[in-house]
Amino acid sequence: MPESATHPVINSLELLGRSTVKLIEEAGYYSALLAESLFWILAGPFIKRPVRISSIFSQMMTMGIAACPIVFVLSFSIGVMLAIQMIYNLKTFGAESQVVVGVALSVTREFGPLITGILIAGRTGSALAAKIGTMQVNQEIDALRVMGINPVRYLVAPALLAMMIMVPLLTFFSDLAGLLGGAVYTTIEIGLSFDAYIDRTLLALSAADVMQGIFKSLLFALIITLVGVSNGFSVTGGAEGVGKATTRSVVLSISYIVIADMIFTYFLNL
Amino acid sequence: MMTNNNNSAIEVVDLVTHYGPREILHGINLAINEGEIMIIMGGSGSGKSTLLRYLLGLGIPTSGSINLLGKDITKISNTEMHQLRQNMGVAFQGGALLSSMSIGENVQLPLREHTRLDEKTMEIMARMKLEVVNLGGFEKLMPAELSGGMIKRAAVARAIVMDPKLMFFDEPSAGLDPVVSAELDELILNLRDAMKMTIVVVTHELESAFKIADRITVLDQGNILMTDTVENIKNSDNERIQSLLNRRPSNDEVQADEYLNRLTGM
Repeated sequence: MPESATHPVINSLELLGRSTVKLIEEAGYYSALLAESLFWILAGPFIKRPVRISSIFSQMMTMGIAACPIVFVLSFSIGVMLAIQMIYNLKTFGAESQVVVGVALSVTREFGPLITGILIAGRTGSALAAKIGTMQVNQEIDALRVMGINPVRYLVAPALLAMMIMVPLLTFFSDLAGLLGGAVYTTIEIGLSFDAYIDRTLLALSAADVMQGIFKSLLFALIITLVGVSNGFSVTGGAEGVGKATTRSVVLSISYIVIADMIFTYFLNL
Repeated sequence: MMTNNNNSAIEVVDLVTHYGPREILHGINLAINEGEIMIIMGGSGSGKSTLLRYLLGLGIPTSGSINLLGKDITKISNTEMHQLRQNMGVAFQGGALLSSMSIGENVQLPLREHTRLDEKTMEIMARMKLEVVNLGGFEKLMPAELSGGMIKRAAVARAIVMDPKLMFFDEPSAGLDPVVSAELDELILNLRDAMKMTIVVVTHELESAFKIADRITVLDQGNILMTDTVENIKNSDNERIQSLLNRRPSNDEVQADEYLNRLTGM
């Protein structure tokens, strides 16, 4: 075997090169999927092949409404945890009452969209990857194609629309649940009345704070859908392949969400 | 190069395909006449499933042309392909019914996509097609509630709901008991006789192939060994064809086995 083939530096460079090419290919695939979905959403009705409204509503129900209880429980808990930590820290300065501002800003600008994004990536992104992957293995995608039904119009566009509507709504719901959690703990712990807590929260928050979270959630919805469906479409190798694609979809979605959140937060707070 | 045959519903000329760097089909030439049942046979890895995928327009070949009903699907626009697909029906090996839909909804799907019929008419048409395949009254059931044979028949009902001129079957007998397999053979013959369809069946089930074929194409390692009638195929003196028909390994395979045995000391 030639020396260069086994040299660790060459191998590392080769691995880096391959990973970079794969990443660029994947980004290209996401962009193509997004462009094709947007084409069907916008141009579909004009060429008499619209995206199915019934499918959009059905997906909004399964990925949005059905997720409300778990979003509430997690967001409420995050609100309580934030209040506990902040009261503990602010006690040092005798400024426990400032917990209201801290919880309000943290929940709406950061934790509401992040928790919702991570939850939906685990719940809906994985379901999308598994559903499309199973269809791929069972030749259902091929069946759609030969029936003249474009799989992106039939499967991806409704999911994308449903996610772009429901994730921001769930994020707003998560904000309310988080604020409620913070309020419940704070009123018990430092004796602030519930009404006073709400008044201070409304004073502390501006529309821009809430909108920052909502904008982030739109980006997260895009990431979850594109990562989920692209992993589903790339399934090979039967049930094992579906399992791998589902796991990969969740790991990638959550990683991209956290990284995108960091970048987005940096630029929005310059 | 194959000359154009005016009676051909399907005509494949010099078809070359690749999977990655590997060439799979090495210049296939094949003409299938209107209203005939053409069986495509071959061992595992012979390229028969690949040929079917390209006939269905599910891949872009490296070179060559595929004419379906007079249109070269390697060159036509998406809109033309979309229209052509309304004249194509496919019954996949596992049925490929959409698992989230009932049998009736599956059969209605092409109508819903390609026509402006009202709900009632679509329901009636779906029921009629299900009756053709002896599944009348099963429209409310989900695919998971059906047996393998019933799923294949439901897939046929979905494939014929638009009354296509071309019908493709991928391993219709695979995984079925002899009785159900024979029923499916009868159904394929009925489709040709009653609905005048041109039918392509990819299979390695000899009994079924000999029963329904007008002609048979034998593929081997990406090449066509022979295209002829059942009798002529049976009487062929080609060693590869005889080994396929008699279910015994060819000389090449025996030599490969002997070589492996020598290597492993068995």
